[in-house]
This record gives sequence, C-alpha cells and structure tokens, in this order.
Amino acid sequence: MADTTATSVQTATSSAPSGFWRFVRRNPTLVVGLVILIGMVFVALAAPFMAGDPLTMKPIDRLKPPSEQFWFGTDQLGRDVFARTLWGARISLVVGISVALLSVAIGLAIGLLAGVVRWIEAAVMRLLDGLMAIPSILLAIAMVSLFGASVGIVIIAIVIPEIPRVVRLVRSVVLATREQPYVEAAIAGGAPMWKILVRHILPPTIPPLIVQATYICASAILVEAALSFLGAGTPPEIPTWGNMIAADRIYLGRAPWCIFCPGIALALVVLAVNLVGDGLRDRLDPRIARRM
Amino acid sequence: MHETSSPLLTVDDLKTYFFNEDGVTRAVDGVSFHVRQGETLGVVGESGCGKSVTALSILRLIPSRIGRTVGGHIAFDGHDLLDLPESEMRDIRGNRIAMIFQEPMTSLNPVLTVGGQIAEAVQIHRRVSRKEAWARAREVLELVKIPDAARRLSDYPHQFSGGMRQRVMIAMALACDPKLLIADEPTTALDVTIQAQVLELMLELKEQTHASVILITHDLGVVAETCQRVIVMYAGRKVEEANVFDLFDRPAHPYTRGLLGSVARGKAGSRLQEIPGMVPSLREPIVGCAFAPRCPFADERCRSESPHLEAVAAATGDVHTAACFKSAEVMAA
Repeated sequence: MADTTATSVQTATSSAPSGFWRFVRRNPTLVVGLVILIGMVFVALAAPFMAGDPLTMKPIDRLKPPSEQFWFGTDQLGRDVFARTLWGARISLVVGISVALLSVAIGLAIGLLAGVVRWIEAAVMRLLDGLMAIPSILLAIAMVSLFGASVGIVIIAIVIPEIPRVVRLVRSVVLATREQPYVEAAIAGGAPMWKILVRHILPPTIPPLIVQATYICASAILVEAALSFLGAGTPPEIPTWGNMIAADRIYLGRAPWCIFCPGIALALVVLAVNLVGDGLRDRLDPRIARRM
Repeated sequence: MHETSSPLLTVDDLKTYFFNEDGVTRAVDGVSFHVRQGETLGVVGESGCGKSVTALSILRLIPSRIGRTVGGHIAFDGHDLLDLPESEMRDIRGNRIAMIFQEPMTSLNPVLTVGGQIAEAVQIHRRVSRKEAWARAREVLELVKIPDAARRLSDYPHQFSGGMRQRVMIAMALACDPKLLIADEPTTALDVTIQAQVLELMLELKEQTHASVILITHDLGVVAETCQRVIVMYAGRKVEEANVFDLFDRPAHPYTRGLLGSVARGKAGSRLQEIPGMVPSLREPIVGCAFAPRCPFADERCRSESPHLEAVAAATGDVHTAACFKSAEVMAA
C-alpha cells in the first residue's frame, strides 16, 4: 500500500506535469513573449491609475535620477519619466496593433480577390510591386508633411507599404490551394465562388497571416518610434518613446534614465511581439509542430 | 438491347481546344455520343485521348484561361448546356449531373469533417436546414455502406482509408439524387480488391437511383463488368462505339483490338501485346487516320484520308460503328 502511493506520487511529479506546465515547457518562446506582452498591455491600460500625469512640468525637479518619488527619474522639463514611459506604451501598442490589423485585413481582401479574379490579379500585383519599392519612413515623412502630424496619419503611412507583403503571402497560399482537387470537386459540385472562397480558400491563409501580423506589429512599433524620434511622426506634445528619446538625447551623459527607460521599454515590447510570433509559427506550422 | 428510351444526354460534335503560345491542341475534336436513362456508358482510351476533357466539357469545367469548348451541342434534359448562363449551370453541377473524380485522397478537404462536406453539398442545391442536411449526409453514408455512419460523419478524411474515401465521394455525388453520374476513373487510385467493391457498390446504387452513368476508364476489365455500351476514343475522336458484347467479341477498330490485346488474361507464359508507337501530338492537324502510324492494317488510303464513323455488322443487332476503312478486315482477323 505504502509502496504504491510512493511510486504514483513519484511518477506524477517527474513525468506527468499538468497540461498548463507542459504547454509552458513545450512553448517557452510563446509563453515568455505573451507574459511580457500582456504585462505591457496591462500597464498601458492602467497608466492613469498607476502613474501621475505625464505632462505636468516641475522645473525644480528637472533631470532628477530615479528615486522613491520618481521611479524612473525626471526629464529636462521635470516631467515624470515613469508616467511618460507608461503613457508612451499606449501609443506604441495602438500603432502596432492597428497597423497589424489594418494591413492584414486589407491585404487579405486584395490577396483573395487577386487569387481568384484574373484581371484584378494582373492589375493589382504590378501596382503592389511598385508600392513595395517605397521605403515606409520616407512615405511617412511625406505624408506627415502633407497632412500634418497625427497618430492616424502615422498608422496609414506604415500600413500602405505593409499591404503588398500581406497580399503576396495570401496570394501564395491561394494559388496553392485553388489547384487542390477538393476545390475542383467543389466547383464540380456546383458551389458558388464565394462559398468556395470562404470554405476552402480562406482558412489556410489564416495561420501564416497570424504569424505575419505579429512581425508587422513589431516592425510598426519600431517605425513609429523612429518617426517620432525624427520628429516626423506623433506630435511632440504626446508622450511616445520616440519623442522621449529625441527630446532628451543631448542629456544622455547626465541623465541616461531619460533615454534608457523608454529605450528598454521599446526593446522589450518588440522582443515580446517577436517571441510571440516565433512561438505561434512553431505552433501553427504543422511541419515544425510535428517534430516537437 | 434496343433504343427504347430517349437519351438523357446527347453530345453532338463536341470540340474542346486548348490554347497556348505554341498553338492549338485539339483535345476533343468532334465527339458525338448519347447516354440513355439508366444506362451505363463506358468511355475508354489511353491517357490523353480526351476522355476526361469530354467529361469536364459536359459540366463546363474547362478553365477558361487554358481552353474552351469551341463547337458542338450538349443536350441534357431539354437544355443545351453550352448555352446556359453560368448561374443555371451551377444549379446543374452536383445537382442533376454529379462527378466523381479519380483522386479520393485529395478530393476531400482535409480540414473539414466528412459530414460537413456532404451536408454542404446538399445545402448548395436544397433549401434545407443544417440539421436536415446532416441527416441526408448520414443517409447517403449509410447508402454507400460505411459502417457506423452516424459516428463517422464527424470524422476527418484522413481517418478513412482510400476505398472508404471513394465511397464518401460517391455518397457526396449521390447526395442530391443526380440523374447523371460522371465517374472519371473512379477506381484507378484504389487497389484491386477495393476496386471490385467500389464498382459493385456503384452498380448497385445506379440500380437503386435509376441514374445514368458515364464511366471513364482505361481499364477494359471494369468496362466489361459494368457498362452496357462503350465508346472508344483515340486522339480526341471517337473511333468506335458498340454494345459491350460486340466490342469485346468483334472489335471493328484496330485500336480497340490493340487495347483488348494488351489486357492480361491470366494465361501464364503468354506475352502481352502492346500497341507500338505513341499517341500523336494533338497540336498539329492530323492527316489521314490518327491511328495509321501505329496500325498493322494501315495502307496508303489510311495515311491520306480521314475515315468517318460508319456502321458495321453487329452480332447483337445493336448499333456498332467504327471509324476505320479496314473494319471488315479487322473484324475478320
């Protein structure tokens, strides 16, 4: 009796961890990325409750190092760097997620149409080849100088050059899928084109798109930061990580926290999004998943 | 067998050509035949002779970017299928005329359940609820004798064997009670014992549903077992048409004779006869009889003049035609 309990306890702890821990152990990148990302989303949402006002200037407290009162120190105008970093997370995440969703949605629609309707394919693919040649930073600078600086313009400017990449991905899957015998069989069964699109051709595009969306998100966050840093993105009165680094870069020697805090936050978010992307790719690509 | 019932499907002078940079390929060049109610018509010939293209042309499934049907008429149940608008054609596909493809392994979407795929085929043509469609799916799965059909509805294609999957395809084709079933090499991808089962099942179901069947195959054994009438195709044309008994007893075209000669009849040590040479390219216009370069009977006339289908004397008194100047010689040989 005592023997059996002892062995069963042993097997339970050594070889059969519960479902959750097994998932963690098999998908370390996905879990680490998700934990960081969810943490970031949480602090971004909770910024008004966790930190003070990011805009209040206290000239008497300018360039103070991190302390109990100012966790991340203060910047050249005496603003709380902790509050600004948290508020900055909002812009970064909003830009990253909006760009990912918009470019995937638009790219998916165009890609599906181009994969099925011949004349759209010919016209659109040439146009998109042209679009792909435009560097996103230059396009954004041009658009901001034309329409004025705002988060919306920044998002649109980053979305436009991402669309061709999504379209190409979708189209490659559509081209492979539409030659499948089951698609031919569905046509021979009298299914209307839209039904074949929704039932047979759309579903296989989703897993690679989810992975692609995470990479687009990460790159959009970086491009937004770069644009803010260059002064061609979000207006300077809005606290973003790029704006913060740009404003205080001359104090790098005296007050490195002004730059390191938003810089580390930026690196963490991009790392987390990329980890989630890698983790999802490993989970969603059946060829890799089978090996695990 | 006599021509009692009027034909369900009449194909008249069908021409389907493929177009590419190199020129025109005459894949089907003036083929005519008909299928009567409840009849099984065999279409035989080697790869590339236009069997499948004929089938796809009937359903207007030739992709427009590679080819199209340039001539002829296809009368089905009072409609000319070549004149119907696409929306009405969609209503015929899968509903009045169903097709079974060669590849049971890939003709089902691997990520959807078998029941869902059959139910969807039902819902395309019938205004029924999801539940009723699933009930019909279960019914047809039982019809094709899949054990434990109710439970297998929620299985995925990879959980079925090849023969079982072909049964599922047959069930799907029968789901809307089609009047005509076109089976394009339905047993080619299956192993021999399963082939027999699937064929037997198809025949049985044909009797039950009174559907007509066009059976496309290169397997003469299958034809002998299942068909009443046979057309033989070569290089995009019909070269012989006969009742199955006449065709096997006294083939009138040397190509049919060659095909019959190349079937293994189980006599140990006897060498199989092959048909020498190759199928002619359908890109260049063919002068004379297309089979002449491979034909042991061919003479000067065969190489310069193109033979037309003509009636030959049939033992059963049924229609027997062949496109050969030497048919009398071939039948006597």
